[in-house]
Amino acid sequence: MKARVHVTLKNGVLDPQGEAVRHSLGTLGFDGVNGVRQGKVIELDLAETDADAAKTTVIQMCEKLLANTVIENYAVEIL
Amino acid sequence: MRAAVIQFPGSNCDRDMAVALGRFSGNSKPAEMIWHKESSLPDGLDVIAIPGGFSFGDYLRCGAIAARSPIMQAVVKFASKGGYVLGVCNGFQVLTETGILPGVLMRNAGLKFVCREIGLEVTTKDSAFTAVYRKGEKISVPIAHHDGNYTADTDTLNRLHGDDRVAFTYTDNPNGSVDDIAGVLSANRRVLGMMPHPERINDPVLGGTDGARIFEGLAFGLVSA
Repeated sequence: MKARVHVTLKNGVLDPQGEAVRHSLGTLGFDGVNGVRQGKVIELDLAETDADAAKTTVIQMCEKLLANTVIENYAVEIL
Repeated sequence: MRAAVIQFPGSNCDRDMAVALGRFSGNSKPAEMIWHKESSLPDGLDVIAIPGGFSFGDYLRCGAIAARSPIMQAVVKFASKGGYVLGVCNGFQVLTETGILPGVLMRNAGLKFVCREIGLEVTTKDSAFTAVYRKGEKISVPIAHHDGNYTADTDTLNRLHGDDRVAFTYTDNPNGSVDDIAGVLSANRRVLGMMPHPERINDPVLGGTDGARIFEGLAFGLVSA
């Protein structure tokens, strides 16, 4: 079973890297980009075959390691 | 003072830290090193230092993998029992990732790796690490980091300021840290995390001694404790 985790910065947390990407897009002529937020996608290949159990485990992984919940949100997709 | 330095793959300030701790302990020998795969600490330690560097290549987030290594569980226990812990640069990042210290160190606001000497203000005397400085004293200490932009939520910041737990602030903020914060103390004031490198500036041969009193204060605090 595969799972995909999206880790994104919480609202209100400044994202200097996203800002740099936004500036660069402007330089390339892409006008009208009001904001860019950069995050991570983490794909997991799991031995678990039960979707609910897999999701519970991946949420624990997010809480313990994959996301820093001080500044990041996460979303878990079971594929 | 019996001190030890934790080593992770990618630590690179470990030997400087061990030399500094050894010298201020009154020993001619550097402090002992503890590999990250150990699961327990030697008995009788007074101080543990988490050194600077790029533990585990800064993969995932700076300090994130190191914070989950076996030895850090022992360090968390050591800190909760009142042991002294000093985390510098990557060590500060590791301490925030374990939750021993609040907040998080994000990418520098200018997105550049900043490597230079920087002015600091000593904002509290109320810790072994800062007791030998004067409150408000300006010192000069090197920094070298890409992710030193200290951030915490408003409640945490209010608590840090209210409890006088900000140890050092930058006089000229190099990385975007909120409230110019360069170093913070734990609630029991025995854990200090800071981005600047006192182990690089504690001997005249290193070009200055402004960082020396952190180590002197630790050694003195332990003798009088």
